[in-house]
Amino acid sequence: MDRIKDIAAKLVEGKDWPAFGAGDTVTVTIKIKEGSKERLQAFQGVVLQRRGVGATETFTVRKIASGVGVERIFPVSAPIIDSIEVNKRGKVRRARIYYLRERTGKSARIKERRANA
Amino acid sequence: MPGLIGKKVGMTSIYSAAGKNLPCTILEVGPCVVTQVRTLERDGYEAVQLGYGERSEKHTSKAMQGHFKRAGVTPQRRLAEFDAFEQELQTGDTLQVNDVFAEGEYVSISGKSKGKGFQGVVKRHGFAGVGQATHGQHNRLRAPGSIGAASTPARVFKGMRMAGQMGNSRVTIENLEILKVLPEEGLLVVKGAIPGHKGATVVIRKPEAS
Repeated sequence: MDRIKDIAAKLVEGKDWPAFGAGDTVTVTIKIKEGSKERLQAFQGVVLQRRGVGATETFTVRKIASGVGVERIFPVSAPIIDSIEVNKRGKVRRARIYYLRERTGKSARIKERRANA
Repeated sequence: MPGLIGKKVGMTSIYSAAGKNLPCTILEVGPCVVTQVRTLERDGYEAVQLGYGERSEKHTSKAMQGHFKRAGVTPQRRLAEFDAFEQELQTGDTLQVNDVFAEGEYVSISGKSKGKGFQGVVKRHGFAGVGQATHGQHNRLRAPGSIGAASTPARVFKGMRMAGQMGNSRVTIENLEILKVLPEEGLLVVKGAIPGHKGATVVIRKPEAS
């Protein structure tokens, strides 16, 4: 099992993203190919979870787009990701904040975590 | 067709140049040692017998011990015959992954599938089962249903899909693309799944030259 992880890590280039986890608000910029042209598209939302290890690690970002909840799952090492920016650190108690899905408006707020707090 | 013997390490996923996430299997292939060269004059056909893996002398039969001794090699775990290698091979030569395989080529891989034991028709053949728990279906939820008509033909046709042993049989998957060859570690990365459990010995063959 460890062997597979070692090999997979060698095969997939890891990138240095800033550390982020569940509850953080991030902007993920992805590269989109349209024909021969390439453009960037941003997806901003709250990170619900990070799962997996190494080359197969993914994270879920949730946002409310025109009143509808939208979730996107990105592999951390996906080459389509141009950049990840952490906008806000959230103070949450669990690693997977699925409870956010049932909440809207005021109750869906996440307290901000201050540095060294 | 040329080929080598190897071991399944496990599965992961890598990205193609186009950025697609591809499922892949990692194999440890070779080094394989030539244990015998079959010739047209003596055997009636041309081939090369390759061996892979270690086997203790204690677990090797006397007959096989003699076979390996004649070739001047240590006892091998698995033997298989291949032909049409690019290079001339002598008994005792070793072959590495990159001697035979290259990126972008297609291979077929045979191995023994994971044994599932004696299974019913729902798991083994994908039957739907009865699909109802009530209306008199006391214990027939996963039953196969009718297996044929009555007095004509008064028998069950051969090949009728029924319950039985599932898995633990030799399976060949064809046309698997080689995504990467890592000669230093002796590793081969192919796209998709292959039969067997992790650590299972598999035979990798190139398709017949067309």
